[in-house]
Amino acid sequence: MRFGILVFPGSNCDHDCYHVIKHLLGQPADFIWHKETDLRGVDAVIIPGGFSYGDYLRTGAIAQYSPVMKSVRDFARAGGPVLGICNGFQILLEAGLLPGAMLRNRSLKFICKDVFVRVETAETPFTAAIASGRVLKLPIAHAEGNYYADPETLRELQENRQVVFRYCTKEGRISDEANPNGSLDSIAGICNRSRNVLGVMPHPERCTEGLDGNTDGRLFFQSVLEQSGIQSR
Amino acid sequence: MKAKVYVTLKDGILDPQGKAVQQSLHHLGYPAIKEVRLGKYIEIELSPMPLEEAKRAVAEMCRKLLANTVIENFRFEVE
Repeated sequence: MRFGILVFPGSNCDHDCYHVIKHLLGQPADFIWHKETDLRGVDAVIIPGGFSYGDYLRTGAIAQYSPVMKSVRDFARAGGPVLGICNGFQILLEAGLLPGAMLRNRSLKFICKDVFVRVETAETPFTAAIASGRVLKLPIAHAEGNYYADPETLRELQENRQVVFRYCTKEGRISDEANPNGSLDSIAGICNRSRNVLGVMPHPERCTEGLDGNTDGRLFFQSVLEQSGIQSR
Repeated sequence: MKAKVYVTLKDGILDPQGKAVQQSLHHLGYPAIKEVRLGKYIEIELSPMPLEEAKRAVAEMCRKLLANTVIENFRFEVE
């Protein structure tokens, strides 16, 4: 399964994603520069974390108009799996590929720590191999992860089961204390209506090897491979 | 020709920055402040064109890029 990893000026998790896909999962991976328009026939697109365009104006605001995003739009519309991580999630929101917007964390602080998230649905390409209700430990690193949507959009997200991850306690309980950034409904990740586009604030690519005793992030990548019938290493 | 664009958070959208500034102003001895909300001010220098055309263009710029209308309102003046 060939993965395309988008690279914007200011992306800084692109090589982490590349390492996971290429060296851990043994799958081909291509970097795709934001000025390119050809996705080169990749089977999945990853929009990595970082600070595209220095977060100028708003996070993801300028990246949404990079030439490559038109191709990503077409790819997503055709049902191709797209994973946006952190800044990648912010770009997907600005591009309108996912509904809602990000606000500054309610603490105003850049938060970099491990959090727990509950998998609300296995019905996305990147959570297909994860039991619904399972609690994952994943790192977050962001200043704008305070998810917001108007009440009608939130209701639609809930009704269509598009809320994929919610911040929770270690035991899987949703509470205000377990919500690191003030996100509406403790939302840590959502998918689009056709479920092939997923945006998440935590960084699965940062906990895949067990060097820090945690391999929960690997499940994202294994899911998308298993869905395509590929046995990962 | 110049456009002055003001981008502000919609009512009801939490503004943690505004809250922090408000607290700081309280500490400085201005207890009468009820609320502070932060926004963006953008100046755009335009080539001369008919006023109506300029207004249309600036409105489009706001909707496409300068404001995120999920969370922000915009208004502008062209002179």
